Amino acid sequence: MNLWIAVIATCVGCYALKIAGLAAPRRLLDHPGVRRFAALVPIALLSALIVVQTFGQGQSLTLDGPRLAGLGAAVAALLLRAPFLVVLLVAAAVTAAVRLLV
Amino acid sequence: MSEVSSARRDGIGVGVAVGVSGVAFGSAAVTAGLDVAQACVLSLFAFTGASQFALAGVVGGGGNLVAGTLGALLLGARNTFYGLRLADLLAVRGPRRWFAAHGVIDETTAVATAQRTPEGSRAGFYATFAGVYVFWNLTTLAGAAFTRQMADPSLLGLDAVGPATFLALLWPRFREPGTRQIAVLGAGIALLSTPFLPPGVPVLLSAVAVLAGFLRSGTRGPGRDLAEKESV
Repeated sequence: MNLWIAVIATCVGCYALKIAGLAAPRRLLDHPGVRRFAALVPIALLSALIVVQTFGQGQSLTLDGPRLAGLGAAVAALLLRAPFLVVLLVAAAVTAAVRLLV
Repeated sequence: MSEVSSARRDGIGVGVAVGVSGVAFGSAAVTAGLDVAQACVLSLFAFTGASQFALAGVVGGGGNLVAGTLGALLLGARNTFYGLRLADLLAVRGPRRWFAAHGVIDETTAVATAQRTPEGSRAGFYATFAGVYVFWNLTTLAGAAFTRQMADPSLLGLDAVGPATFLALLWPRFREPGTRQIAVLGAGIALLSTPFLPPGVPVLLSAVAVLAGFLRSGTRGPGRDLAEKESV
């Protein structure tokens, strides 16, 4: 398969997946079970992303010291009620600093 | 500060912080053997980072392109779930819906669902969409065109920004016991299944945590409360 075909198929498919949820039929969206599922599913998926992006390396799990330090610092910032953007800055800065020093 | 303006500020902040990782995608894509145009087309039109990295990874590894495309789509499938949620929060119709759909990704969903009012959700969604879209595309181009001259984004600690973003946005909701349970269960499912399943599947599989929450909570679960609050 030509590389361009793969690129275009990925673009079309990714858009189709996005619109499929957003433009789901009203009847489906109004179903109480679907409403509850839709309300809670971002929590499950985003929590899964946190751990996969923190510990995952392709199909294996790794402990990346600097990244863990950055996320630990983010947790500390959250406990100290730091504003959202400060939490992101702290995470990046601590990760970069530990990576540079170690 | 009103919720709308703080949602906007947070959204643009996420856009800049996460969007800068486009450098990593641009340089990974070109290193894998895509040309600059192909890298940019993916960022402009697929616009969902995990899928883009997956396709580039398969190209770089000399893998089968059909399998590579399917893997990318598997990673994009979570955006369908997000769309189900955002359909009610954004309440868009007609041509605007076709436009908004392109912005249905992890970051926009995280910011939109973290707001307390529908106005805040909408403002957060569009600000995050705009911020991530502009920066992701500019940095993809920069990373692809100047691969050799660009610094490694991990030197700037940018690999911690994605998970820190989702953690910070979910943080206030971890106080709700029902929500916390779903978060812990979802994270556990993804972590334990990562070594055994292709990339992307563990995160999708974590949606099962919601069903477990259904079974346990019966009539007064957190989702029920939420659905009721919104229908008022």
